[in-house]
Amino acid sequence: MKKTKAVTSLAALTLMAGLFAGCSSNNNNADNAAATNAGNTGTGTEATAAPEGDAAKDIKGDITVITQRTDIVDTVFKDYAAKFNEKYPDVKVNFEALSSYEDQIKIRMSTNDYGDVLLLPTSVAIKDLPDFFEPLGKMSDLEQQYTGLEERSVDGISYGIPITVNFSGVIYNKQVFKDAGITEVPRTFEQFQTALQNIKDKTDAVPLYTNYAAGWTLTQWEADLATVAGDRDYVNIAQVASDDNFVQGQPHYDLYKVMYDAAKNGLIEEDPTTTDWETSKADLANGKIGTMMLGSWAIGQIKGLATNPDDVGFMPFPTNASKILVPLSDDYNLGISLHSKNKEAARAWVDWFINESGYPTTEGGGMSPVKGAELPEILKQFEGTDVTFDTIAPAKAGEEGWVDAIDKEAEIGLWQPDFKKVIIEAAIGNRKDSYDDIMKDLNDKWKAARAKVTAAK
Amino acid sequence: MERLSNLSYKNQRILIIFLFSLVPVVLLLTFSYLPVFKMFQYSFTSWDGFSKNMEYVGFDNYKTIFTKPEYFAVFKVSLYYFFATFVQMGLALYFATILSFNVRLKNWFKGILFFPTLLNGVAIGFIFLFFFKPEGTLNTLLDLFGLGAWQQKWLLNPHLINISLAFASVWRYMGMNFIIFLGAISSIGSDIYEASEIDGANRWHQFRHIIIPSIKKILQLNLILAVSGAIGVFEIPYVMTGGSNGSGTFVIQTVDVAFKYSKLGLASAMAVVLLGIVVIVTILQRVLIKEEK
Repeated sequence: MKKTKAVTSLAALTLMAGLFAGCSSNNNNADNAAATNAGNTGTGTEATAAPEGDAAKDIKGDITVITQRTDIVDTVFKDYAAKFNEKYPDVKVNFEALSSYEDQIKIRMSTNDYGDVLLLPTSVAIKDLPDFFEPLGKMSDLEQQYTGLEERSVDGISYGIPITVNFSGVIYNKQVFKDAGITEVPRTFEQFQTALQNIKDKTDAVPLYTNYAAGWTLTQWEADLATVAGDRDYVNIAQVASDDNFVQGQPHYDLYKVMYDAAKNGLIEEDPTTTDWETSKADLANGKIGTMMLGSWAIGQIKGLATNPDDVGFMPFPTNASKILVPLSDDYNLGISLHSKNKEAARAWVDWFINESGYPTTEGGGMSPVKGAELPEILKQFEGTDVTFDTIAPAKAGEEGWVDAIDKEAEIGLWQPDFKKVIIEAAIGNRKDSYDDIMKDLNDKWKAARAKVTAAK
Repeated sequence: MERLSNLSYKNQRILIIFLFSLVPVVLLLTFSYLPVFKMFQYSFTSWDGFSKNMEYVGFDNYKTIFTKPEYFAVFKVSLYYFFATFVQMGLALYFATILSFNVRLKNWFKGILFFPTLLNGVAIGFIFLFFFKPEGTLNTLLDLFGLGAWQQKWLLNPHLINISLAFASVWRYMGMNFIIFLGAISSIGSDIYEASEIDGANRWHQFRHIIIPSIKKILQLNLILAVSGAIGVFEIPYVMTGGSNGSGTFVIQTVDVAFKYSKLGLASAMAVVLLGIVVIVTILQRVLIKEEK
């Protein structure tokens, strides 16, 4: 009898041990799998490795690169790794692609394990960047080489380099414009509305597709604020100095009036609540949609779906300002984790990726952040016109991040879809508020939050 | 092992029970109680979700919630789900009763009714997004049956959107209620039915006087679950509309505050308030139902 008891307790203990062991062995498996993957990448390129210089040879280690490009992580990125290994044969590069990058990385950043090279989440307050990322160098030094550093720099130190520089405006289908009898690209608000009306009257295409259901697509409009203002200082300097941000005559009012008018006049899709982003790209490419407000990053994706890629065109957002300014802004910035164990290798990847991979122009679809790099093809039509491309001015010293701080405090959501959705709902008659009511509400929130933020700093 | 076997049988039992419960208790503490405790803690700060420094702000967050009417306005939407709850329970009870008698293809029907519960909520969101499209399944079906005049833009119309979403919610959760009712009804002995049949009871009499009294406790339980579910509606409207067009619920608002506006402290306070409301509603229900007796 005694023996049986002992056996029972033994069995119990074994089970317990098994439970714990089960956990840890799973981890081991995962590690092993990762290691094998890395190993494959390594051995695949060892044969062709052509080390250059001693410095490159000395750098070794395993790095994990986290990316948002789930679509090309197993294809293009693998090729990048192979090419990278030609220069740095002893660095093993592993990739991890996150499907909803912003949400997932935020959660991982509360631990110490968030890869070696990753994109700086836009929702991390700029002042908190030093807590998570390795400084890449003084901004004044790096500035000689790259553009767009000011967006992710704290106290003159840069923490990220943009993976590509985007320009924002209207992506349109040239064939639809031709069918609607629009010969000249519309420049002002009035011309733009007329153009949309013509598309509705003369073709079967949806004049302006809002992509309301996807939500984030509506935030793309905010990038055109600088075009409407016609002033590179507006976004970060003039805006924070003003209590009247959403008052008639101000850029924000005019910008979203375009959206409101289009929706009000029935120039948007029939049922915005059930739109689908993936389909909309193909529809624009093939002439079922006239225009969409997007960034340059979308051009490549849309062209890829078009039967005639030359039909896909880019034009600046309409404006009544005296000059047309197409704002250039950073896509995600690439940085290095503060907790990385192979910072040298991680840095090598960052430099290589920005300068030599070709990603900024090919896959990123925008301009290279490297100074003096060639303009992308689609922009060459604007050379010699009154359209200028420029970055938006950084905030004044001591006012960094104020736009963001006021926006969050007020719960306005300049870069969130919420109030854009409200505008569309009001325009199609689902809400009683008028456009002016919505703007007044936003302005009240802005004013209150601005008072609070400026007082606190 | 020598030492273990030296223990008395009773002590060995205690040891084993302790060791076995250690795992679930540790899991429970780490993934249920610790987060709740932390949530209470965060609700007194103005933490943004990642910043290394957390600022203590006292009851400021609660003050914000209770002084700004827009935070509570969204509970109107919960009413739609609250009424849908009764439809859901009615249907579940109806099907459970029918299927507890001898019906042809009984198991097949059971499977059909329970199936939605097994599906992932996000998948259901997408299915119904397609279902409610202007050229989607529902309108096509209406057309097929000659009811073309009833076609609607189900998610665009502000008067219909919440009813449409509540319908999807009923479809999703009815299976769970159904299976619980079915289980309760099956536990009623067949001799009671036989006896009642001899006394001349028909199906309605049996339902009214045998089934309902026997599963009263389960009915109450389901009601409490359904009502607190209606207060905390989240995934279907979030996946399908993101809370736009007047379909936002309190939980969607909480998630927005936390992750769109990086006010994790305020969002935690909102979660605490929601928890409080659910607790109060549950207690109220228990008290009211008891008084009925």
